Amino acid sequence: MKFVDEYRDGGAAHGLAEAIDREATRPWVIMEVCGGQTHSIVRHGIDEMLPLGVELVHGPGCPVCVTPLEMIDKAHAIAGQRGVVFCSFGDMLRVPGSHGDLLGRKAEGCDVRVVYSPLDAVDIAAKNPDRRVVFFAIGFETTAPANAMALRVARQRGLRNFSALVSHVLVPPAIEAILNGEGNRVQAFLGPGHVCAIMGTGEYEPIARRHRVPIVVTGFEPIDILQGVLLAVRQLERGDATVHVQYGRAVRAPGNLPAQRVISEVFEVCDRAWRGVGVIPASGLRLRDEYREHDAAEIFDVASLTVHEPEACISGEILMGKKRPRDCSAFGGACTPVSPLGATMVSSEGACAAYFAYGRHLPATDRRRLPIADGRSP
Amino acid sequence: MCLAVPGRIVAISRDDGLLTAKVDFGGVIKRACLEYVPDAAVGEYVIVHVGFALSRIDADEAARVFALLAEMNALEELERS
Amino acid sequence: MSADTVFGACPVPARGYDRVVMGHGSGGRLSADLLQQVFLPAFEGQVLAALEDQATVELSGTRMALTTDSFVVRPIFFPGGDIGTLAVNGTVNDLAVGGAVPRFLSAAFILEEGLPLEDLERVARSMRRACDAAGVVLVTGDTKVVDRGKADQLFITTTGVGAYPPFRPPVSIAAARAGDRVLVSGTLGDHGVAILSVREGLEFETTLESDTAPLTGLVQALLEAASGVRAMRDPTRGGLSSSLHELAAASHVGVHLEEASIPVRREVRAACEILGLDPLYVANEGKLMAVLAPEQAEAGLAALRRHPLGTNAAIVGTVVAEHPGVVTMRSVVGGERVVPMLAGEQLPRIC
Repeated sequence: MKFVDEYRDGGAAHGLAEAIDREATRPWVIMEVCGGQTHSIVRHGIDEMLPLGVELVHGPGCPVCVTPLEMIDKAHAIAGQRGVVFCSFGDMLRVPGSHGDLLGRKAEGCDVRVVYSPLDAVDIAAKNPDRRVVFFAIGFETTAPANAMALRVARQRGLRNFSALVSHVLVPPAIEAILNGEGNRVQAFLGPGHVCAIMGTGEYEPIARRHRVPIVVTGFEPIDILQGVLLAVRQLERGDATVHVQYGRAVRAPGNLPAQRVISEVFEVCDRAWRGVGVIPASGLRLRDEYREHDAAEIFDVASLTVHEPEACISGEILMGKKRPRDCSAFGGACTPVSPLGATMVSSEGACAAYFAYGRHLPATDRRRLPIADGRSP
Repeated sequence: MCLAVPGRIVAISRDDGLLTAKVDFGGVIKRACLEYVPDAAVGEYVIVHVGFALSRIDADEAARVFALLAEMNALEELERS
Repeated sequence: MSADTVFGACPVPARGYDRVVMGHGSGGRLSADLLQQVFLPAFEGQVLAALEDQATVELSGTRMALTTDSFVVRPIFFPGGDIGTLAVNGTVNDLAVGGAVPRFLSAAFILEEGLPLEDLERVARSMRRACDAAGVVLVTGDTKVVDRGKADQLFITTTGVGAYPPFRPPVSIAAARAGDRVLVSGTLGDHGVAILSVREGLEFETTLESDTAPLTGLVQALLEAASGVRAMRDPTRGGLSSSLHELAAASHVGVHLEEASIPVRREVRAACEILGLDPLYVANEGKLMAVLAPEQAEAGLAALRRHPLGTNAAIVGTVVAEHPGVVTMRSVVGGERVVPMLAGEQLPRIC
């Protein structure tokens, strides 16, 4: 596949890993924000290729992990209502709520369907006028344009039986929250490539400046990620803190203007609770008033749900990079990919699932040892 | 989020009023909404996420990644010798 | 991450489902759990507990291979075949990978009220063609009809019986040893992706077809050419990963794969990239996984490649003594990772 295969060249990857090894003179902690980047790192074993001192921390870049429990429970409650066709991206089907997941709901007889595109859910609504079709509109800014278009189309076609349960989250406030958090260890970011393809890079400049952290907007293939790490390491070694675009083939500084326009037409910024983390101000999107009749949260009366997060789950602290999965008492025992307690174990991008999958049994590979000046990562 | 894959536009049309493309992803053809990349032409590559083209691929920028790599290798050769 | 982190027995039991979910049919961990929790305790017995693809039983002094299978594929007609072709070939293959020569089939049909007779005729003709091609005879059957909505058009359950040659190769999923090589007879994921291409909501245009085929001839060719064949499987639901995990668990060994060696058609790769799926977990219906003693691997590979069904055969990995029960892989860029066991169904993702 063009624009994919070239970025998976082993020789080039090896060369980049060696360059990182040569140029890093101290330990550094870099966070990749996007779940898709985490997936690529795990899938290609990129973590294992980095010198020991360069630590990649997985950030809260997976909507599966961060969708608040209350929202999941709302989704389950709506799916359980008579006449509802509940449509969702595949990612959300196994996320545990207070009582089971959407797959469990399906087993109980609810009409739960996986869709590839939000427009498919609109189609289902058009073809089933007697059913109430609800679409679980989750994701970061990358998915917002698609979800927005679906709502716009539904409204234009007068599909009153179509509604969306919206739980969009925004990246820049999350990055700020991480940097402002007590005990923050992150010194640089691999910025989210596709989010920036939509929103541009403007929002990240003030963050880089204010917190003095390099932000390298990175793609998703192994060469992209390794190059992103190298560029971040270079800035860290030099003491720079700028926004640099590695993923130039898809990202332009202004972003995608038509997409931004449609997002603003359908959504507005709001405060949003992040699972395990709490409310981050102005970190989410909700439907504008004009779209109220397509807002599933308004249409369906699913008030006063008691939410019950398993006590052992420390997903929140892991998402913010403060703790590692092995710090959790439930990791690998009560909490495994087959029986997850928290969202970070459900998603293949979730830090816990990633660690579980590739951390447990791998014998120590001969990774190059980095001379560490003070013996400890900051 | 953000699983988006590059593909080549092979045809453009209007489906139910929406600008739509048939995109060839390495041998598999799937439709994608082109409303967000309305200037993209047949033969160009776009990145597609959940059935929507989000960005055109800039071939020059794509090549730059490898130019940088080559530069790096050349430097390394110099350092070694 | 230290390799010796031990996750001890936790007092809190793992939370599971109290009803059957689709994941229980995926061929992954949930399916394995179902066997362990429900069926094995109910039906004790050594033969069943060996969990081979076929059972070896003795009747009046003659040893035979016996297997059963059910087919519930949706849609029932797809590029490259239909539910009938799958039913015949799937059953034949379960027998063949045990070294048996399939001879007779039975088929029971559960028909949904409203199924067009034309469709049923088409399936029956298809099955006849598949039987002829596989050298088996359908000798008995049954039909039942259920109310509209109680069966997805048509379900087929088969039983297959086969004969063992005088010298029966001691192939078993528990026989792999460190150093053995893992071979596949061709490209992975063709069937699963062909099905997805016509599944509502995920359709895409492709020339891909299911790889459904009877493997008897291919298996015989392999057994004739190479003596050290330890284990064979036809990796169906759950893909190559499920078969490898079964092997690793039964033989108490690890498996290490080379991603670059694994044959995958470009269209399958593309479809998997778009939907966020991994070809290692996608179903096949006409492929052989064989584990051979290292000194026999090249001879085995050559034999597979000489056969029309094995032109893309490849050596994809090695059985290792380390990390028993775990499958690892060197990625195309050279990084090492674990190939986790599929939990439930593999679902398309956006993330």
